Amino acid sequence: MYTQTQSAPLSRFFRNPWFLSSAFIAFMVGLPIIAVFYLAFYPEENIWPHLLDTVLPGYIFNTLILMTGVGSLSLFMGVGAAWLVTMCKFPGRKILEWALLLPFAVPAYVIAYVYTDLLEYAGVVQGTLRDLFGWGSYQDYWFPEIRSMGGAITMMALVLYPYVYLMSRAAFLEQSMSLFSVSRNLGHTPLQSFLRVSLPVARPAIAVGLSLVLMETLNDFGTVDFFAVKTLTAGLYDTWLNMGNLGGAAQIASLMLIFVVTLIYMERFSRRKQKQFESKNQGQSLEQFQLIGVKAVAATLFCLLPVVAGFLIPVSVLGYYAYLYFDVSWTSKFVSYALNSFTLSVIAAVITIIIGVTLAYSKRLNSEGATNILVRFSGLGYAMPGAVLAVGIIVPFAAFDNALDDFLRQYFGVSTGLLLSGTTFAIIFAYTVRFLAVSAGAVESSLTKVTPSMDMASRSLGRNNLSTLLRVHLPIIRGGILTAALVVFVDCMKELPATLILRPFNFETLATHVYQLASDELLEQSALASLIIVLVGIMPVIFLNKSISSTRARSK
Amino acid sequence: MFNMKHLIPTALALVGSTTITSVQANEEVNVYSYRQPFLMQPIFDAFTKDSGVDVNVVFAKKGLTERLKREGKNSPADLVFTVDIGRLNEVVEAGVVQGVTTPELEKNIPAQYQDSQGQWYGLTTRARVIYASKDRVEPGAIARYEDLAKPEWKGKICTRSGKHPYNVALIASMIANNGEAETEKWLTAVKGNLAQKPQGNDRAQVKAIKEGVCDLAIGNNYYYGKMLMDKEQSAWARSVSIVFPNQGDRGTHVNISGVSLTKSAPNKDNAIKLMNFLSEAPAQRIYAEQNFEYPVKPGVEPSALVASWGTFKSDPLPLNEIAKYRTLAVKLVDKTGFDN
Repeated sequence: MYTQTQSAPLSRFFRNPWFLSSAFIAFMVGLPIIAVFYLAFYPEENIWPHLLDTVLPGYIFNTLILMTGVGSLSLFMGVGAAWLVTMCKFPGRKILEWALLLPFAVPAYVIAYVYTDLLEYAGVVQGTLRDLFGWGSYQDYWFPEIRSMGGAITMMALVLYPYVYLMSRAAFLEQSMSLFSVSRNLGHTPLQSFLRVSLPVARPAIAVGLSLVLMETLNDFGTVDFFAVKTLTAGLYDTWLNMGNLGGAAQIASLMLIFVVTLIYMERFSRRKQKQFESKNQGQSLEQFQLIGVKAVAATLFCLLPVVAGFLIPVSVLGYYAYLYFDVSWTSKFVSYALNSFTLSVIAAVITIIIGVTLAYSKRLNSEGATNILVRFSGLGYAMPGAVLAVGIIVPFAAFDNALDDFLRQYFGVSTGLLLSGTTFAIIFAYTVRFLAVSAGAVESSLTKVTPSMDMASRSLGRNNLSTLLRVHLPIIRGGILTAALVVFVDCMKELPATLILRPFNFETLATHVYQLASDELLEQSALASLIIVLVGIMPVIFLNKSISSTRARSK
Repeated sequence: MFNMKHLIPTALALVGSTTITSVQANEEVNVYSYRQPFLMQPIFDAFTKDSGVDVNVVFAKKGLTERLKREGKNSPADLVFTVDIGRLNEVVEAGVVQGVTTPELEKNIPAQYQDSQGQWYGLTTRARVIYASKDRVEPGAIARYEDLAKPEWKGKICTRSGKHPYNVALIASMIANNGEAETEKWLTAVKGNLAQKPQGNDRAQVKAIKEGVCDLAIGNNYYYGKMLMDKEQSAWARSVSIVFPNQGDRGTHVNISGVSLTKSAPNKDNAIKLMNFLSEAPAQRIYAEQNFEYPVKPGVEPSALVASWGTFKSDPLPLNEIAKYRTLAVKLVDKTGFDN
């Protein structure tokens, strides 16, 4: 079918199980997004005249600055570190290779809080400086204001760069060494080879990582709210909660989606003519450069800095507060909170991966427009602020529950009440919708590197598409799948707004527990729970990282 | 494929079992809460002990109204707990609550703190006060919210975002009392007096006074109690004094936390039982004490600590009159660029 579909008639198209399943998936995960569009048609009042007159230009400007800043900084740290640990040998590389993933386990709102605590006027850093230099008040000296655009960019990049790092490292590892060798043989320096060969080849993967970073930046509310940076998301919540205009808020959410679609489209468009495949390492082992002297120190520092700033410092501060407030924060229910978080995240990660593979593979099978659009559409949930997505889920779920209940009451005299709303099923659904972009994107970028000759060989040996996927593709892209699973798992552990709104009675996860305390401004007392989110998030990071690295080990 | 094969059946089983979980046991009452459960747990425990009725809670800071609205007649929720008059109005306007009156509620809760149709009842009140530096502000130097606009305070005032519900309600009360034009002028002048861009929470403003960033701050007065109870923060609290504004005229702006009965309320009797329980003196005392607030029932004393901050006259304007101006207040904040 791989080659036939180019000219397949429509009827055949609809008999294609892969197309049908991706259409079904797109419909299911698209429901909340459609619900938000639907809400956008019923605003309480037209907000645009007021917004345009006052704050909207500022919101858009701030959003653009924030996205540009976080994007560039994440690219710089993520791609740079991935390249160094993959291609070079320097002191500490073995540890840094996985330690670079650690900041990923730290929620953005937590790191923002920790650094504010350290760097604000009353914090330890400025306090020490004042003692040291004898400055009296804050008029006596200049110190960068942490609660600012620059602060927000730094904080978010510190916890988001691992997306880029993960994706680009997987791509560098999967890259055939021969490309790089040829480039070197043709007289390019290592840097030139990196810029002109390795980087362009890894571009699809880096683009996936970057678009995840940007979408995460766009939908963040906790950090920008804490730092008083007025972005579109801030305007959205303001319209919804303070002006009581959910429809208006849905309009802003739709505007944000247009942002994202444009972004994705621009990236795709820029490499529309490119197509690249490679067969697995071809017996060539990855050779690493031994860095010495200043270069080695510089490489170590480059990779160490994000780990220290994004992980060690926040975890130390959290650990200190957890110790200080241990007696008030430890409750016997902690284990059940952790178990809830863990169970939900594992289930959601597995489901999301299965769906992601289905989408990415059916896109591979049907490379023309329709499937492509369906796959793109399915990923939009990621760009939507969590609370808005939650409302988008409530709408179809409750409508289904109530319709079913009405029907059964009328014809069978039984009432089912609310079947789906307010259950953990709704939460898992939310996670799937939200993080499908992560898994589909990662799987897709891995799949693009498997040469179609594999498919053709497998098909001509009599395997059908499903069997080809299971026996040929999945083993090859195992690393990419594990990466995706890891990202989704950790993201689910940290997810807050949708969990809060959709959960059943008396149901707490670690994140909701942290929030309950943090929202009452008892941040110190929430340190213990925050620390546990981070620690639980680390376990799979280490476990899965081993599997990803074994991609290299096996090829040696 | 790692252990996916083992996970899938487990996952399906879990999803299956959780969807069947129902909340239809007999003696219980279901609560959607915009307030943190730990503030209410002691009082719910007391209620369960007293009546044998279990209390189940979902807490979120946004979206619960929308959830109620969509769940409609099948919603399992019986009661909604909210803070801020804006939220109470929101549930009324969404049409998800019903009016209820009982002799207890009528007797215990002053008319000012209940909806005329019984669609919401206030349970505790809190005052939005001015915190003044003990070292740098003379007692009596500031007496009214309006004084915050005076040029003498240039660069000396701190506040959280003008969009925060607590500030929105305060600004709405200024509009209700002084009119839109005056309030816009006031906001612009206060903006000009700010020491820094509005940021952080109410406690952070008191901390800023302690650190010398500013001399005056706007904040809810229960935070004073909360800070005193905290190892690190008690020093912040001790650096400021509480000023109840506008004692010479209309009185200090107060807001409420309250409760509403949902339209669907499957456990209506138990829900009303809990509402009545909360309005009685013993519950009022514990509930208010949890968060250093004031009981609404006349004659019930606040905790000794809260009482030590002094008595004050509160703005008698009905809260519904203030809530009308919330949207306008938000727009004024945008228009004056207060948060920029």
